[in-house]
Amino acid sequence: MLDDFFTRAIVAGVGVAIVAGPLGCFVVWRRLAYFGDTLSHAALLGVACAFLFEIDTTLAVFAVSALVAFALLGLRRTGSLSSDALLGLLSHSALAIGLVVLAFMTWVRIDLMGYLFGDILAVSRFDILAIYVGGAIVLAILAAIWHPLFAATVNRELAEAEGLDPAFADLVFMLLLASVVAIALKLVGALLVTAMLIIPAATARRFAASPEVMAGLAALFGALAVILGLFGSLHWDTPSGPSIVVAALSLFVLGLLPLPSGFRLGRAADGRARLSKGDGYGQS
Amino acid sequence: MKHEKLAHPDEAPLISLSGAGIRRSGRWLVRGITFSIAPGEIVTLIGPNGAGKSTSAKLALGILKPDEGEARKRRNLTVGYVPQKLAIDWTLPLDVARFMRLTGRVDSKRIEAAMAETGVSHLASAEVRSLSGGEFQRVLLARAIARNPDLLVLDEPVQGVDFGGEVALYEMIRRVRDDMGCGVLLISHDLHVVMAATDRVVCLNGHVCCEGSPRAVAATPEYRRLFGDRAAEALAVYEHDHDHVHLPNGRIALANGLASAHGHADSCGHDHHHHHIHHHLEETSRQGAGASTGTDETGRHS
Repeated sequence: MLDDFFTRAIVAGVGVAIVAGPLGCFVVWRRLAYFGDTLSHAALLGVACAFLFEIDTTLAVFAVSALVAFALLGLRRTGSLSSDALLGLLSHSALAIGLVVLAFMTWVRIDLMGYLFGDILAVSRFDILAIYVGGAIVLAILAAIWHPLFAATVNRELAEAEGLDPAFADLVFMLLLASVVAIALKLVGALLVTAMLIIPAATARRFAASPEVMAGLAALFGALAVILGLFGSLHWDTPSGPSIVVAALSLFVLGLLPLPSGFRLGRAADGRARLSKGDGYGQS
Repeated sequence: MKHEKLAHPDEAPLISLSGAGIRRSGRWLVRGITFSIAPGEIVTLIGPNGAGKSTSAKLALGILKPDEGEARKRRNLTVGYVPQKLAIDWTLPLDVARFMRLTGRVDSKRIEAAMAETGVSHLASAEVRSLSGGEFQRVLLARAIARNPDLLVLDEPVQGVDFGGEVALYEMIRRVRDDMGCGVLLISHDLHVVMAATDRVVCLNGHVCCEGSPRAVAATPEYRRLFGDRAAEALAVYEHDHDHVHLPNGRIALANGLASAHGHADSCGHDHHHHHIHHHLEETSRQGAGASTGTDETGRHS
């Protein structure tokens, strides 16, 4: 069944979407959209390094993204620049350095467009294996740190005061994000990775009543976007990566349509039952 | 009131700060903070805005690391924390039931009991973002109590609560302390009710300026300089529930304490450059009306 390139593309894309969805929720909750952008732009530098040192692309991309993430954490701690400006600085310099380094290596012939916008149709069986094994590991680790990570997302000081370790959870989360960028690069490309993280999560927000449900829905919407996008790309002969993003956006826009009132997944029919005012202390 | 769980001198404190200070961009936010909380004890940090109350509490909780001095926390201490500010982002789908379990597993029965205690049982399925300020404050409190903490830390717990509610809230905190035997650290800039609801008051203004029982602290010149003379009356206003005498002229005198407190509360002689209101002549004469037995009223100098 995996003989067909189109089937391989769908299997790989769905795998990436399932991993990107839950992580994307944290990107949305923690307002890390630009951070995700920075990591994925740095991925191009990773690609350049892979060619330079002749190592595996996914591994090199992961390493460079992780380095950029740590650099950002370190620079932010010194507090001299706003993290906004820092992100802009890191993001575009990493992208530019990557492009310059690739240009210097005249002996390698690479499809730059493939790395910028993805080339999902060139996915091999080995890539699929990497996506599913790597993705399973990422999800397992995310599940393990879910509790402290979510608590720290709601309120870092509260989590810390009550004995959790937000700093460790943050660190692990950065590494997971770097891995997803590495895994997803081949699919949608450096410029569109963040879209796979954010758009399905944003779509899921409206339908979810709990963080866990939102994570699940984000994975679902992501997978749906991949399938719709790939069929669209086949039908209209459009580039696959951008088509997936357009499909994800269409789902998001559809999700904005008015819903039957009170419709939410993961909650009893009526959200806010006000039976009686409690007899505790009043409010002004 | 059960007092068997109250402070025992030989029992290790839940948390203790000794000479703790923290510096940010070359400025000391707080310095020389020394206090500790024993199991079963209610300690209140008071002080004007910007006095470093929340900072001191965060030092005690280990959220901030001291740049000098020491902050100790008992091992495996379960903390219930009600932060001063907690904004829930729109993007976070979070209902009250899930919020109650935010930082750890909590038994459903405990959650129900805590929510009943603070009067928010009917909000269990409400989205946290949709709560009003007062409701959210009560949910925060229920969450902290449900954890069955060894130490309950409440940073300005009466925000958005009216005066009658305030009294009820402090009575509830005392009840929780009596039931669970936990230590309580209260933070307040408001003196009216909190002073009488507490075992020990630590008055902060960048450093500890005085410390002791509420009455002893209220009688110190430092306290008066910080809060003005009327603050001492605030204590009396609250205590009319418990032990007071109505004087024929309509004034209130305490049956126990204020007059005796003069000599006991001892404190450092810093000048705080705050509003010096110089009309305490009348005040001191008023306090003479009280009887004097306040042997437990010893203020401590730090």
